Amino acid sequence: MEHVNYIHNIPFASIFLTMFGGIITPLFRNGKVAQKINFVIVCLVGILSMILLGSVWKNQESFTFMMGHFPAPWGNELHAGPLEALMALTFSFVMATTMLGGAKFIQNDILAEKQNLYFVMINLLFGSMLALIYTNDIFTAYVFLEINTIASCAIIMAKGTGESIAATLHYLIICLLGSGLFLIGISLLYSITGHLLMPNIQQSIIRLTTSGEYAFPFAVVIGMIIIGISIKSAVFPFHFMLASAHPAATPASSSILSGLVLKSFIFLNIKMFYCVFTIDLIRSLRITNVLFLFGLIGMVVGSVSALKETRIKHMLAYSSAAQIGYLYMGIGLGNHEGMVAACFHILAHAATKAMLFLCAGGLMSVSGGKDGIHDLRGAAHKNLIAGIGFTVGGLSMVGVPLTAGFVSKLYFASATIYSPQKMLITLLTLAVSMILNAMYFIPSAIAIWSPIEKKTEYAKPSRRMELGIGIFILTNFLLGIFYKPIIDMIELGIHLL
Amino acid sequence: MTNLMTNHYEAAAVILFGIGFMNLLLSRNLIKKFIGLNIMDTAVYLFLAAKGFIAGRAAPIIAQGTTATVEQFINPVPSGLVLTGIVVSVSVTAFSLALVQRLYKHYGSLDLDEIMQKAKKEGH
Repeated sequence: MEHVNYIHNIPFASIFLTMFGGIITPLFRNGKVAQKINFVIVCLVGILSMILLGSVWKNQESFTFMMGHFPAPWGNELHAGPLEALMALTFSFVMATTMLGGAKFIQNDILAEKQNLYFVMINLLFGSMLALIYTNDIFTAYVFLEINTIASCAIIMAKGTGESIAATLHYLIICLLGSGLFLIGISLLYSITGHLLMPNIQQSIIRLTTSGEYAFPFAVVIGMIIIGISIKSAVFPFHFMLASAHPAATPASSSILSGLVLKSFIFLNIKMFYCVFTIDLIRSLRITNVLFLFGLIGMVVGSVSALKETRIKHMLAYSSAAQIGYLYMGIGLGNHEGMVAACFHILAHAATKAMLFLCAGGLMSVSGGKDGIHDLRGAAHKNLIAGIGFTVGGLSMVGVPLTAGFVSKLYFASATIYSPQKMLITLLTLAVSMILNAMYFIPSAIAIWSPIEKKTEYAKPSRRMELGIGIFILTNFLLGIFYKPIIDMIELGIHLL
Repeated sequence: MTNLMTNHYEAAAVILFGIGFMNLLLSRNLIKKFIGLNIMDTAVYLFLAAKGFIAGRAAPIIAQGTTATVEQFINPVPSGLVLTGIVVSVSVTAFSLALVQRLYKHYGSLDLDEIMQKAKKEGH
């Protein structure tokens, strides 16, 4: 009998566990029980991902897992290597910590009888993100994109105010435009290549590009798919959906949305580059240049919009848009180093922005729920850990050494050496964007730390929130100091994609 | 032109997709927007179904006691994709219409710009 490697079941088990969690959660009427189940599942997935990462890192391998008993090209497959495992581990870590730190917000903002349904959506969202990370089949990717859309809309509107529903609708429409383009793109791709599994499509594409057939249809298809996914990940002209969605949602939802959901789309984009279209084809069609341009514009426009904002959550939303710009700038450099930097920035920004939204929520709740930066004057003294978290997060966004943000900016800057024609503009934009980041984060940090004039009543921050933000602060420094092994894992992972 | 005539299903699908996409992007009325979404999705299904169909052949179902060869059947994979797609599009449409209904109750309007303006005022 063939030796069965149980490690190879982990990707499927992770997706199955979260989906199963989503199905059983409605049976529990009590929101707190649902929350505990969700937390246990996310932690379990985190442990499983860690085991998987350890195994594939030790063996320097990646593998495909056959779903059901139909071999390729008929069956459905999952693919896992170091990069996928690292992403799954980070996503489960950020998800678990956010749910820990944001528990109080969920209890306060969402109607008690609907809290269990919120966790159904969180489970489904997490499952769909894991599926997007692991899947090796483009139609499966489409189905999970739509599950992801519905679940993320549901967590934005969970507050139930008119504003949040309007913001959800705005977000939904943009997402549907993106998935519509993705769907027609994969249909065309299927009609040209006759395959749905990524490795098979790649083989056909290599064969067809060397013979020169279907050159124009391919350009159109790649454009549709990449633009479709980019629209969903809120690339520059579409970043306005974030500005309305984040402020209207509960802080835990904002953290998940900005930290993880957008990142899962960007990871899908990277996967499309390496596993479906080859990176050489993407470069020769100059798709990277287009993404590079929109990334640069996004970095500046996002930061300038954030600078003009006087409300903290709007400011963070625009800052997210700018950070998405950084990611597309890195991807758009079109070289291996830029891609590594972008992958590291996915991790760094996931940990940082999730923390910033939690801290902003914490600071707002001790200031009577107001979100103007001048209303938060002195809030850090009332909620110390949120104040420290906000400051550390801000420093990380600016790119101060020892924080996670510094490492990604360092790698972005050094990646430009390999693309000399884009070097000057990238370095200039990086510098401008970092100064802009400093210009809006430092005044808000000063505002929250300024002394309190008059004493007012406020609720003490909960233990769980303190713990969650504390873990995030620690992670930020760990990522900023011990980044070398993670970079090595990403490099190996990109080779094995 | 002859290509267009032989691939008339695909041509129709792409035109419908364009109509649906522009409607979803530009229409200000929310109900019309989601009608646009459905036209767009249906166009993709028409495209997929046309791709799987081969004139003169039947669905790959083998009755007992008959011999079957590949030449008798159409490609069943696109049909499967269409079915999956329909399920997705039904759920997305249901979700969107539920959202539109709640918005209408709250703001008394179906015009997206008007709703966003009212929501912004409320947020301040």
